[in-house]
Amino acid sequence: MLNANTREISYIEAIREALDQSMAQDDRVIVIGEGVPDPKAIFNSTLGLQEKYGKDRVFDMPLSENGVTGTCIGASISGMRPVLIHQRMDFALLSLDQLINNAAKWHYMFNGKSNVPLVIRMIIGRGWGQGPQHSQSLQALFALVPGLKVVMPTTAHDAKGMMVSAIKDNNPVIFLEHRWLHSIIDTVPESMYEVPLDKAKIIHEGSDITIAAFSYMTIEALIATRALLSIMEISVELIDMRSVSPLDSQTVIDSVKKTGRLIVADTAYKTGSIAAELISQVLEGAFESLKEAPIRVCSPDFPTPTAPSMTEGYYPTSGTIADAVLKLLGKDSRANSYQELKLTIARKGMHDIPNREFKGPF
Amino acid sequence: MSPNLAYQFLYSMLRIRRIEEGLAKRYAEQEMRCPMHLCIGQEATAVGVGVALSVSDKMYSNHRAHGHYLAKGGSLNAMIAELYGRASGCCGGRGGSMHMIDLDVGFMGATPIVGGTVPLAVGSAWASKLQKKTDVTAIFLGDGCFEEGVVHESLNFAALHHLPVLFVCENNDFSVYTRRIERQPDRPIHQIAAAHGIKTAHGDGNDVELVFNLTNNALEDLRAGNGPWFLEFSTYRWREHCGPDYDDHLQYRTSQEAENVKAVCPIATFERFVLDTQLLSRADIEKMESDIQAEINQSFAFALADHKPTLEDARAYVYA
Repeated sequence: MLNANTREISYIEAIREALDQSMAQDDRVIVIGEGVPDPKAIFNSTLGLQEKYGKDRVFDMPLSENGVTGTCIGASISGMRPVLIHQRMDFALLSLDQLINNAAKWHYMFNGKSNVPLVIRMIIGRGWGQGPQHSQSLQALFALVPGLKVVMPTTAHDAKGMMVSAIKDNNPVIFLEHRWLHSIIDTVPESMYEVPLDKAKIIHEGSDITIAAFSYMTIEALIATRALLSIMEISVELIDMRSVSPLDSQTVIDSVKKTGRLIVADTAYKTGSIAAELISQVLEGAFESLKEAPIRVCSPDFPTPTAPSMTEGYYPTSGTIADAVLKLLGKDSRANSYQELKLTIARKGMHDIPNREFKGPF
Repeated sequence: MSPNLAYQFLYSMLRIRRIEEGLAKRYAEQEMRCPMHLCIGQEATAVGVGVALSVSDKMYSNHRAHGHYLAKGGSLNAMIAELYGRASGCCGGRGGSMHMIDLDVGFMGATPIVGGTVPLAVGSAWASKLQKKTDVTAIFLGDGCFEEGVVHESLNFAALHHLPVLFVCENNDFSVYTRRIERQPDRPIHQIAAAHGIKTAHGDGNDVELVFNLTNNALEDLRAGNGPWFLEFSTYRWREHCGPDYDDHLQYRTSQEAENVKAVCPIATFERFVLDTQLLSRADIEKMESDIQAEINQSFAFALADHKPTLEDARAYVYA
């Protein structure tokens, strides 16, 4: 039977649809955040929700990240299912006390007697001078706290399914969206469906090398993967990690047992990154399979500057990933077709606006 | 005041006092291996509020929670077992003295990050409003809370959404050994709540009847949808900040000051009142004392007989 559902929508539309359908299905779901009902509607992800579900369920919030996080925790303990939204992950740092001391521990410290079903959307900014306090990608910070779940869907399909799962989950879930994924489209079923919060997904099968990528870096890795195959006949197995905590290292270990080589592409600073943790787990689980030392492709260990002349080259790209692949395969810029490869995957246009080289679907 | 209400006030205050004295006496045995903050001297605020609330009302508290938990009707067996780190403790041994919970009586939780549970209580009241329930959530917070940003954020949110939350500030003038005047400008704390547009009342926290009456008055208004409310009561911590002993030898306060406060002991004062007015007799009070002692002995025996959870047990409940 043909799959009739070939509708394509963007990541942000997929998030909006997940919120809409979850609110329609369950009147315990409420949505709150700075700008939720305003004309910009969190990049349109909450558009029309207040009109549809009323001011009792869809709120703007005071500029009180810590207080409102605590308020959402209290409401969730008493039976609500709040979705709290921060337009930048950086703003959520004001709420670390409530997230780490209360949300993450409530179920544990009270012996399983009560729990905190709470979703917190945090958006990772990039480009157009977002600078040191509007572009941090601190997933590892949240992942080191037992009791929090942390997910970073890459595709619109997974964004919808994982948002539905996150809202149904009985734990606090940190839901991380990279701003440069918001306009990428994918095939997204209209019906409500769930995608698990703890499973990586192989999005391109291959045999020479494994790339495990987080969030937006999956896009850069996919561009590199396709070009490496078509131009150099290098077969990459690309894994979209999708979740950070729990971290599905088993899927990566299984892949590395096949390929013997590993690159982890992360959106974060290199030191202390979840990429480092993933490599540790792969070393513990598949050390004897590795033919080369794994490589982390991450942002450098200094804050993101603002001036375009300083950000050019700051973020790793598909080119960075391709170079890492060649290195692990014992090749370099003298390889046949190297110039063609680099030309094919080079960014067109300015580096500080979203990459349009891949628009979806996957 | 009816004899029944007088009995309830005295019984609840005396029970908290005797339980904590029992804890203090046994603490040196080092079998209760957790930090413990006693509320001896502050019983009237817990009881005045606790008696006024219904079972369906909710309560959150802080690190000095024994009195609040007991006044709301929390299980004594589960509390003592928790202090001894036993499996039947209210947190199964995970929390100790600073983490009390008894959902059966609406005691939603107490934790020791200063101000940490204040927004949770606001969220609890928010949920009640969204669910169109009539219950009220009470939150006990100390004077130190007003140096925490999250408390101001919570007052703002509660006032903005007219939530059925009752803030009860127990102002005992100390944060550990530091007086309020060294931490805050010299202004009444309740004026902070008033500045948020919240209705307030304040009074002597040693007067259980006054605490009860002010709470009842606030509850009536809260149930009519006119929340939030803020009550400030002056009170005094008799013993050390953390632990079972007296610490006046540290000279952060004079022993004279501590003695003066004992002269206005909330329990002794109320006891004199009920005897003078013949609401209760000496025999009533003696019976009360022996009932309380019997219950305490039984609870300590229960706790000590209970089994100890293991490291393997500690792995459970990271996720729901």
